Amino acid sequence: MLFGFPLLSLIIWLPILAGIAVLATGSDRNAQLARWIALAGSILGFLVAIPLYTGFDPATSAMQFVENRSWFERFNVYYHIGVDGISMPLILLNCITTPLIVIAGWQVIQERVSQYMGTFLIMSGIINGVFASLDAMLFYVFWEASLIPMFLIIGIWGGPNRVYAAIKFFLYTLLGSLLMLVAFIYLYQLAGGSFSIEDYHQLPIPFNAQVLIFIAFLLAFAVKVPMWPVHTWLPDAHVEAPTGGSVVLAAILLKLGGYGFLRFSLPIVPDASHYLAEMMIVLSLIAVVYIYFVALMQPDMKKLVAYSSVTHMGFVTLGFFLFNAYGIEGAMVQMISHGFISGAMFLCIGVLYDRLHSRQIADYGGVVNKMPVFAAFFMLFAMANAGLPGTSGFVGEFLVIMGAVKVNFWYAFLAATTLIFGAAYTLWMYKRVIFGAVASPAVEGMQDISRREFIVLAILAAAVLWLGVYPFPLTDVMHVTVDNLLDHVGNSKL
Amino acid sequence: MNFLPPDFTPAYSEIFLLIMVCVIMLADLAAGEKRRYIIYLLAQAALIGCGLLTFVSFSAETTYTFSGMFVDDAMADILKIMVYVTVSAVLIYSYSYVSERGILTGEFFSLILFATLGMMVMISASHFLSLYIGLELLSLSLYALVALRRDSFAATEAAMKFFVLGALASGFLLYGMSMVYGATGSLHILNVSEAIQDGVGNHEVLVVGLVFIVAGISFKLSAAPFHMWAPDVYEGAPTAITLFIGSAPKFAAFAFVMRLLVEGMGEMAADWQGMLIILAVLSMAIGNIAAIAQNNIKRMLAYSTISHMGFLILGFISADWNGYSSSLFYVITYVLMTLGIFAMIMILSRSGFEAENISDFKGLNKRNAWYALMTLLLMFSLTGIPPMVGFYAKLAVLQAVVNAGFVWLAVAAVIFSLIGAFYYLRIVKFMYFDAPETDEPLTVKSDVKVLISANCLAVLALGIFPQSLMGLSLYAIQNSM
Repeated sequence: MLFGFPLLSLIIWLPILAGIAVLATGSDRNAQLARWIALAGSILGFLVAIPLYTGFDPATSAMQFVENRSWFERFNVYYHIGVDGISMPLILLNCITTPLIVIAGWQVIQERVSQYMGTFLIMSGIINGVFASLDAMLFYVFWEASLIPMFLIIGIWGGPNRVYAAIKFFLYTLLGSLLMLVAFIYLYQLAGGSFSIEDYHQLPIPFNAQVLIFIAFLLAFAVKVPMWPVHTWLPDAHVEAPTGGSVVLAAILLKLGGYGFLRFSLPIVPDASHYLAEMMIVLSLIAVVYIYFVALMQPDMKKLVAYSSVTHMGFVTLGFFLFNAYGIEGAMVQMISHGFISGAMFLCIGVLYDRLHSRQIADYGGVVNKMPVFAAFFMLFAMANAGLPGTSGFVGEFLVIMGAVKVNFWYAFLAATTLIFGAAYTLWMYKRVIFGAVASPAVEGMQDISRREFIVLAILAAAVLWLGVYPFPLTDVMHVTVDNLLDHVGNSKL
Repeated sequence: MNFLPPDFTPAYSEIFLLIMVCVIMLADLAAGEKRRYIIYLLAQAALIGCGLLTFVSFSAETTYTFSGMFVDDAMADILKIMVYVTVSAVLIYSYSYVSERGILTGEFFSLILFATLGMMVMISASHFLSLYIGLELLSLSLYALVALRRDSFAATEAAMKFFVLGALASGFLLYGMSMVYGATGSLHILNVSEAIQDGVGNHEVLVVGLVFIVAGISFKLSAAPFHMWAPDVYEGAPTAITLFIGSAPKFAAFAFVMRLLVEGMGEMAADWQGMLIILAVLSMAIGNIAAIAQNNIKRMLAYSTISHMGFLILGFISADWNGYSSSLFYVITYVLMTLGIFAMIMILSRSGFEAENISDFKGLNKRNAWYALMTLLLMFSLTGIPPMVGFYAKLAVLQAVVNAGFVWLAVAAVIFSLIGAFYYLRIVKFMYFDAPETDEPLTVKSDVKVLISANCLAVLALGIFPQSLMGLSLYAIQNSM
């Protein structure tokens, strides 16, 4: 708490209240009002999150901005929230993304505007809650609650196959979460009636139970990340979701899985994590190596970027299970930078889709002739997606590869091939869409980006370059927390 | 020998209700067709009066009366108040539905109140006979209520099925009770419990009696494999009656299990635990899987009830206060959600049109965003997604199950509720993702509008602040055992 002020609660509940206010504007007659309230709410949500960074003490690994009061006594559940160097950057990422989504959907969404904007704001608050929760039950409540708005976003505003994608998304993620719930209840019994995550970090657990708990957590988090082979919901959900939905999915929701590994799997069941680390590394490397061949062959731009998300998140899980500081910090940087880059890629595809109503690469060609400013932005993000040095995409992948070299040369070798193949599928797609002769009369009629689109892309471009050239503001806040986590994971809890 | 009159005080609310039902039957003769709303108001007044009587006499102490056949404890008082609230809500929700369909008769009210009286007797029974009398009063009133639309083929068929199977179940129950009587020499629940504790009576005979009692109970709970009547009755009965059958009697059924299995045969928990595990797993499996295939919403909800009863039974398996209070919490939240969803079906129905199919929910978001949002809350609550109260009900029960050492059962339960998520999501899909088939606006009376909003918002509010209801359930159980 900052000067006794419940800052973190404000960060969680302000967007939710703003979202309810937006919903209350009702039908599309008040669409403009809904948009402005949503914009004000999301920007305010970002502004109140700034003191979280400025007031954050990077010298301690303890939880900061802590609020703790009883929620329901029957099961000893507390409204216990706080942030450390792992969760704070993710909350900031979420707060930055929300206004961009509101702006990106400004013109595009014409139907049920208040529901669209309101749902996004409510989801933004819920996700802040996931990252801030220090009580397993509170975490679970926010975690599951985040499914509802995303389900509606895909199902209402999505593409032609949206119903299938929405239900697949929901059931897939619910499967993982329910087993996590059983694991939480088991831990609750083991800890003598406590849902506190910090208690779980200290709790000795027998090895067999650790492995089972690890698997329950793995199902929940692997589906979210998503890891190979449970990634198949992601391309469907991405392709069918509206642009804003894709951005939130890629930039934020996937990070919930990665965050879960750091907050739950590694510190609560360290022995099982070590025991199963090789399996995790192999699964991650499959995601990295196999999925970029899949991405290479995609005729649909959104699907291509969705698959590239899977390979990038493969780096994240790879980094976690190397158990060294390079790996985990690299994975964290990768999560943040992937948030910006994939968000930007989906926004770029959204820009193209709004003009031509097609996501097929084959329908485009020669776009640079008509949209030079857009082409420049898209170039930057494509390069970042391929991991070009100087962009944030490089920093994370480089750190993870460094960490991998320390563990096993071949891990690093396989991971490093992505720098080639990532460039191959991204740049090949870029070439087919942007360069060449103007492909069709429809492309001939395309307008360059509007001022609104320019602002959104410029903010993201600045973030990508800044993190690429000077990542220390990000890595500095997480150093101590990551070191502490590694210490903790190094000790057996049998 | 001097004749000592029994202490009537614990049974004041039952006596009051009985008098009021008689008054209502007489008043109905005088009121006639035109002034039936007077009967409606009288019925509501009767429920409010009962509520006041129960509330005033509320105490944490347990008192017995009528030679120990009737008990008044904290659990009974709390369950009875829940019953009054539920029946009152049922009357409000169904008033315009039944009057549009010409079944707003005096019998409708008097049968519902007789059924209520039956539930109250069941809840307060501490003797096999009074338990049975309460059960029969409830069941006979329900059979008649289902057949209230005499000209409807489906309703008559449903009533026949309900009656035949219900009578069979009552037979089972009586047979089981007579076995227990034979083994222990008493029909008093407390004496039965003592006798079992002292090891009086042949264990085999007791177990055979227990099997019949459990079978009878699962008929009444509509737990698989004794669930066959539920889908037909839910579908065939007029929606207002389905709403009634699906809601308040669940409280009585909970009390029924508590009195018979826990208070009477708690010493034999090791014997009935295994049976309940089978019932629970079968109910969750059959209920959830069969519900997927249903296109009729009432039939789907019947199967969903079966699966929820499976969850309710799970709470009893742990055989401790923790599990019982979780089950009580579950039944309260379940009734709250059932009230909401059947009321929503009646809101979608108009005179001359029955909302029977799931597709009748199509495009509800476009027709009326508020009711769509309310139904959304109900559906996610039934699925068990936080922050809706249905999640906490599942959490409480699962926690009790894990606490009793049955982790595998908890895993099975969550897998089945994942299957269940599909058919609830289908309704959300119809409401939000599909275009409406009709543009006809929903005409809802203002009292129903307020009540349904309060009902559904309570599902959310109790989910955000679950302590009050959880604490109440815990209080009820801890003060009655």
